[in-house]
Amino acid sequence: MSLESILSKFTKAETNLLEILLQYQETKTDHAITEAEVGQIAAYLGVTETKVASVISFYTLLSMKPKGRYVIQVCKNIPCFVNEQTAITRTLEKILGIHAGETTANNLFTLEYTSCLGCCDNAPAMRIDGKIYANLTPDKVKAIISEYRGRSS
Amino acid sequence: MVNLRINNRELAVAEGSTILEAARTNNIKIPTLCHYPDLGIQSDCRICVVEIEGQKGLATSCSTIVRDGMVVKTNSPRVLNARKTITELILANHDANCTACPKNLSCELQSLANKLGIDENRFQSVLTLSPLDEGNPALIRNPNRCIKCGRCVDVCKNIQGVGVLELMGRSHHLKIVPAFDHCLSDLFCTYCGQCAAVCPVGAITEKDDTDIVWRALNHHDKHVIVQVAPAIRVSLAEEANMNPGTVCTGKIVTALKLLGFDQVFDTDFTADLTIIEEGNELIHRLTSGGVLPMMTSCCPGWINFAEQHYPEILPHISSCKSPQQMFGALAKTYYAEKMGLEPANVFVVSIMPCTAKKYEAGRKEMRANEDLPDVDVVLTTRELGKMLRQMGIDFANLAETPFDDPFGITTGAAAIFGASGGVMEAALRTVYEVVNGEPLTNLDFTDVRGLDGVKETVVKLAEKPYRFAVANNLKNARLMAEAVKAGTSPYAFIEVMCCPGGCIGGGGQPYGTITKTRLDRIKATYQVDAAMPIRKSHENPAIAKLYQEYLDRPLGEQSHNLLHTHYHARRGKPNN
Amino acid sequence: MIEMRLVSKRCGIINPLSIDDYQKADGYETFRKALARDKIKLIEEIEKSALRGRGGAGFPVHLKIMGLAKETGPVKYVICNADEGEPGNFKDRYLMENDPHAIIEGMLITAYMASATKGFIYIRGEYNHAYNTLEWAIAEARRLKLLGDAILDTEFSFDIELRSGGGSYVCGEEFALIESIEGKPGRTRVKPPFPTQKGLYGLPTLINNVETFATIPLIIKMGGKAYARIGTKSSTGTKLISLSGNVNEKGVFEIPFGVTIRQVIEELGHGVANGRKLKMVQLGGACGPIIPEYMLDMMIDFERFEEFESKTGAGAIIVIDDRFDIFDILMNVVGFFEHESCGKCTPCREGHQQLRIILQKFIDKTAGVKDLVSLESLARVMHQTSLCGLGQTSPTAIISTLRYFRDDYIDRMDSLIL
Ligand SMILES: Cc1cc2nc3c(=O)[nH]c(=O)nc-3n(C[C@H](O)[C@H](O)[C@H](O)COP(=O)(O)O)c2cc1C
Ligand code: SF4
Ligand code: SF4
Ligand code: SF4
Ligand code: FES
Repeated sequence: MSLESILSKFTKAETNLLEILLQYQETKTDHAITEAEVGQIAAYLGVTETKVASVISFYTLLSMKPKGRYVIQVCKNIPCFVNEQTAITRTLEKILGIHAGETTANNLFTLEYTSCLGCCDNAPAMRIDGKIYANLTPDKVKAIISEYRGRSS
Repeated sequence: MVNLRINNRELAVAEGSTILEAARTNNIKIPTLCHYPDLGIQSDCRICVVEIEGQKGLATSCSTIVRDGMVVKTNSPRVLNARKTITELILANHDANCTACPKNLSCELQSLANKLGIDENRFQSVLTLSPLDEGNPALIRNPNRCIKCGRCVDVCKNIQGVGVLELMGRSHHLKIVPAFDHCLSDLFCTYCGQCAAVCPVGAITEKDDTDIVWRALNHHDKHVIVQVAPAIRVSLAEEANMNPGTVCTGKIVTALKLLGFDQVFDTDFTADLTIIEEGNELIHRLTSGGVLPMMTSCCPGWINFAEQHYPEILPHISSCKSPQQMFGALAKTYYAEKMGLEPANVFVVSIMPCTAKKYEAGRKEMRANEDLPDVDVVLTTRELGKMLRQMGIDFANLAETPFDDPFGITTGAAAIFGASGGVMEAALRTVYEVVNGEPLTNLDFTDVRGLDGVKETVVKLAEKPYRFAVANNLKNARLMAEAVKAGTSPYAFIEVMCCPGGCIGGGGQPYGTITKTRLDRIKATYQVDAAMPIRKSHENPAIAKLYQEYLDRPLGEQSHNLLHTHYHARRGKPNN
Repeated sequence: MIEMRLVSKRCGIINPLSIDDYQKADGYETFRKALARDKIKLIEEIEKSALRGRGGAGFPVHLKIMGLAKETGPVKYVICNADEGEPGNFKDRYLMENDPHAIIEGMLITAYMASATKGFIYIRGEYNHAYNTLEWAIAEARRLKLLGDAILDTEFSFDIELRSGGGSYVCGEEFALIESIEGKPGRTRVKPPFPTQKGLYGLPTLINNVETFATIPLIIKMGGKAYARIGTKSSTGTKLISLSGNVNEKGVFEIPFGVTIRQVIEELGHGVANGRKLKMVQLGGACGPIIPEYMLDMMIDFERFEEFESKTGAGAIIVIDDRFDIFDILMNVVGFFEHESCGKCTPCREGHQQLRIILQKFIDKTAGVKDLVSLESLARVMHQTSLCGLGQTSPTAIISTLRYFRDDYIDRMDSLIL
């Protein structure tokens, strides 16, 4: 969906800013909002670009830095941490060839950490573009990644 | 009244006061850092914590309202330890190279650390250096000194309604920056300098140009002259620790001579000239169906704001240059000719209450001679204060000297330019008498004086009542601009000043300016006016002589070339 | 069996996507009956039940509802706090995904009691499934005129809007949440005024936790007095517990207050996984205390938890076995808060990284007595002076381990360093 059509769903009220940003970023394959788009949103709502940028900078689900097609978020809080999460991260880093916070050279995957996903009863857990994967083992992780790799080819 | 106990003293204070206010009115000292009297309560720094009996944690005194029977301790060991710890935390993430900082000895963090007796820091430095933002002629942002108090954000967003700066990111990655980490010059900053005026540390300061002035003063081929803006004479004394509102006109002249300036002139003279040109422009617009309402043009912060945010209304803005630039234009033409000097050898320094004037002086439009700025350097009140200290001048005990000629005779009308409403009042004194052909019975237009954000008056010109308005600070300027843009503004003429209270509250004025300081400076301003032998610009004989000798007539060709300018829409960012 | 399924009784039994299922299980009946009752009488039932908030702080619920009811003015808000960002807590997700209508019904009754006009459910951005479930449930409720204008043809109007968070733990704090709904960064405001006086858009606002709302229909149905007979004197009723970490059986369990932590771990969690030994338990989530094995006979009860001065009351129990030492856990906890601090106030913004630096010295065995003192003092200053609950409670793990695991610190110190 274009930015215009998303904007047109909202009244020109400052209070819609976060919703607009979340909804619009959802439509972007690189999971990021550009400076020009910030300008467009600011103009629509009649607020400063600084204001829009400050909201993006605060929320971890929003970004101005382009990411890979699939964003893999691994939970590393205590319930996952004590349930072999580090092995999961190590596996991901190895098969993707990147560290947390980085994007693969083919722009397919970005690996990052997330705060608790509320799946502590099925720890360790991760989320890929909104979909939760839980009770992970290194083997499961490998299978999930190859499935995503297959999807894009 | 509320009764409470602070440090074992029984006190009765006004209902709704904060603990901090209660303490301060009773001479009990509680240190603060983020708190600034005229701004909203941030309660971010947590330095002002106190202990309240029955409460587990510590409470910030700047935000806690007193209650009957409250028992407060402001200096318990727990409180002192907390303040010390917090200050150490700040210092561990601060570029504390004090002697290399413009705020050395006027820094609130430095003085806090000193008061708390901090001599070593238990915490390891976690400072990671960021580049400075110095890509503009007015201000320097040094993020390495920022303590994230939020004052600048508050002033820019909530007082000025501009919103260039915001809190970006979170945790210790938090930064106070314009969007996208850009420079001020990339956004829509007006260079009003209000952020610099309230910054407790050296994280936003004016660009220091004193070196250039020292160099010029030591350069023997240069004829270095200086002009002093109206608002300086009621504020510079504060730089020498004298009371706000001390009038020090004569001492300024003496001091500037001691610094080595060849001639010391008064910007009041070109303020009078502005009134003649601008008054005539108004009369012309009123009588010839010109664009109305007309808006003033003396304030460069306002011009920057209008050019970037309201390009549609530029035709409403008077084409007159500001008094600073009228002076500059005359200095490098009329004055140079009169003195038989090469314009290139005349070096013009301005002492201004303002950081935006630094930007204005650099504008391409402000050149009577190609490639030669009319005003070479602008110094703020604070920078002049610094030069006086560098030279060891005992300002308080200086003798008084009058300003030099040929710009020596000025009027009370010009003197009040520094206070919000002053330009309007000066213009009305002249326009009324010129249009109505009769003398005013009362020169004081008190309706337009004072600190109210928007002030109004009605004056009859040729039997017809016209409405006049005065707005100060950019939030109110925006209100005016919106109405003008929408075509609903009921006024004939609007004065706009970008800083709260006008130039007496300018971004380059001595630190610590609060409402009380503004009121003191305003009071002094009107005292200067009342004491002047001539109080109307059109009665200034030196101005008449200037027209005779050089300019011919108001709005004439020579005036047009030297004293008027034009404005452009710039990369304006929509921002309502 | 120590479980007592009251609030969660329908979870896993009914189809959460079917409003009919919910109504067949007596759902919305309490609300229908409440509409004919006196509002103050209803609030009195809540008062008699002595219900305390289930989001962690345990504030008496009737006081807030009464506070909102007393506010005049045409617009008043009721917000359901479904931000559940505290690591180790997943009971709100469980309720939202399994019994969404109970939450809606609780909000409806509350709104009716306090004459509120508009509701919001603020769900953390990571909870896609819970969001979708609630979105559907709200639509269904609207279809049956249980939400919207003139509900069930009475004069009562109330509607609920869903809002998604943007990935920020602190947005669970009341004012941060309000700021976030207003579209701004989630940085808290100075209190007072409290939300019930000046909340969302400056108007009176009540904020309660998901579980709190889900409990309200139950109380109105069974009567406050009967509810208060469950649990302990200072903590009435039941509590959902999120049990996680190194136990055999993880999950959400509902128990009456007064059960001990050991009972939960052993009877519901079937003990520590893989036959290992328990090293420590973190209560409440990352912001909670870390306690040793010998304290497990502590009752789950607000009064007992209060001595830790943290939001322990949200009901998470994270079991950690002896493969981990306290510094593994502390570094993780501090790292979490370092990431989540909103950056507004000094102690929290600057404090976490300094805590981390000092902890690292213990890990490197280069810490001296001075470091122990600095750590303790910094943790306490952060606790005492931070602006919001995040910075006030984040040092709890450190403060509690300094108390219960002091030897672990001493072991990691270099005796030659002062
Ligand atoms: C940092 C922080 C995070 C919080 N997160 C939540 C949360 O996710 N869910 C919640 O219900 N309460 C949370 N709270 C507590 C709320 O501020 C508030 O006390 C609660 O929503 C009130 O509801 P209750 O009385 O029903 O518990 C949090 C508090 C703090 C300080
Ligand atoms: S100079 Fe004025 S407009 Fe620019 S950032 Fe500072 S306060 Fe804002
Ligand atoms: S720049 Fe100055 S005023 Fe602005 S937040 Fe930093 S320290 Fe405060
Ligand atoms: S305690 Fe932390 S999260 Fe709360 S206001 Fe302060 S910096 Fe923000
Ligand atoms: S002065 Fe009170 S918190 Fe900063």
